[in-house]
Amino acid sequence: MSESTTQEKAAARPPEPGPVAELGSAFMELLAGARDLYSVFVRVLYYLVRGKRDKGAIAKQMFEMGNKSLFFITITIGCIGMIMVYQAGMQIKRVVPDFTLLGATFLQLFVRDFAATLGAMMLATRIGAGIAAEIGSMVVTEQTDALRMCAADPIDFLVVPRFVASFVMTTVLVVWAALVASLAGAATAYVAFDVLPVTFFNIGMVKWGHLAEGLAKCFAYGSAIPIVSSYCGLSTFGGSEGVGWATTRAVVNSSLAIIVLDFFISGTALMMVH
Amino acid sequence: MFAAVVIAFPPVMASSSPQPGAFEKVFGQIGGSFLGIAETVGGMAVLFGQIMKRCVPPQIDVPEFKRNLYKMTVKSLPIVIVTALFTGAIMVIQATPIVKQYGAEGLLGWGAGFGTLREIAPLLTALMISGRVGANNTAELGTMVVTEQIDALRALSIDPIGFLILPRFFGIIITLFVMTLYADGLALFGAAYTGLGLLQVEPHGFYNGLTSGLLTFGDVGHGLIKSVVFGFVIALASCHFGMATKGGAPGVGRAVTATVVASAAGIFVLDYIVSFVIG
Repeated sequence: MSESTTQEKAAARPPEPGPVAELGSAFMELLAGARDLYSVFVRVLYYLVRGKRDKGAIAKQMFEMGNKSLFFITITIGCIGMIMVYQAGMQIKRVVPDFTLLGATFLQLFVRDFAATLGAMMLATRIGAGIAAEIGSMVVTEQTDALRMCAADPIDFLVVPRFVASFVMTTVLVVWAALVASLAGAATAYVAFDVLPVTFFNIGMVKWGHLAEGLAKCFAYGSAIPIVSSYCGLSTFGGSEGVGWATTRAVVNSSLAIIVLDFFISGTALMMVH
Repeated sequence: MFAAVVIAFPPVMASSSPQPGAFEKVFGQIGGSFLGIAETVGGMAVLFGQIMKRCVPPQIDVPEFKRNLYKMTVKSLPIVIVTALFTGAIMVIQATPIVKQYGAEGLLGWGAGFGTLREIAPLLTALMISGRVGANNTAELGTMVVTEQIDALRALSIDPIGFLILPRFFGIIITLFVMTLYADGLALFGAAYTGLGLLQVEPHGFYNGLTSGLLTFGDVGHGLIKSVVFGFVIALASCHFGMATKGGAPGVGRAVTATVVASAAGIFVLDYIVSFVIG
């Protein structure tokens, strides 16, 4: 009896999807995801102008994201500054033992790209995972539904304060990261290659355009991280495993967004300069 | 009556809950965070000891190991491919102004290859794998802990370390090693074609710059040694935080966040130490 029912079920099941169908469904999922992401972004912009202000929410998020990431950012970006100078110095030693432009090149690269991109990659893990875990657990415990019942859109109430806080704090933390990295780099250059700090802090190669490029990256990453992570958090389903999945996706997708944005912003800047 | 009691006991009440001063508060916080770091490092060391103890006669569950390897490597291929191709392109875009300034198009392959092989490819691959595999691993283990599946394993006298942790630990290390090798190749491929588009350096010239003798196998090995160290950190952190999860769905979220943060901090600090030690 039970065997026949399982056979009937097997017959009723649609045939296994072929590779083309799988590719197509993956593509459709990607499109649906992009549409939802865009919808979150548009609603955030709308509520940014028209939303109700919850007093202290933005300040609280800023404290959570900014002050609590400060130690983490200082350690990681300080290490990266030391590694970059050390590795570059070792290479210069191999080709032409002239360290006069080491600091200038390092400062230009950091202002233009590395401070913003590596700092934001770090923040994507710290801030992005935090946002997705928090919003995701609210979704699975039906707190966001309770918010909707109270006529408060979760986007307005939860995402907008995080968006503003991340936008401001990413820029602040990246500026701080650039400072820490330069100091760590200068110290490494002095200890390892006898480059005086006066020679190292040569900002002759840093143009205003480079500063603008770095700031543009800060703004782009600062908005991308909360939008992507909130989208991942809001689309959570299925208990504690779902929260874990949402957090994972938030970290991966925010990091990917940063790398892709970096590619496009750097490319555009290069086209504009040349 | 109540007022009399309050008046009779004020000194006792005041001394039983003293208000900490600003000085004590700051140092209390610093001490608390140091204790937290010490607890994490200690927990990871204990876990590592337990893993090593089960390695001497290997007690690894082979089917579980294969299942994890498939899930970790094959399923993370898309993000590694995208990351590596874009990374290579970005490296060339960043090198372009400097290369043009010195007019040294022939050195483009060396410049991009050196940065990619030694630093950027292992580092970014490790960050992506930490986000994809490490976080996922913590989420999985954390869910098992909060739904008491680990206790069920113990009740069946199955050792959770040998059955769950060992396959994941070695799975993550192998995954990161293989993925770094793969990302090295893809990043250089992306860099070669970005060089063609931006600087009109033929890919042939780019590969010549790579193999002209300035870069040796030591540079590739340098990156691969780093990838093993990073894999070790990611594996230990994700297994430790997963097994230490408590408190339902929010607890799993917190555990995953703690994993990615600890892995990222560990990766950067060890990157620095390894760079100095092996030169």
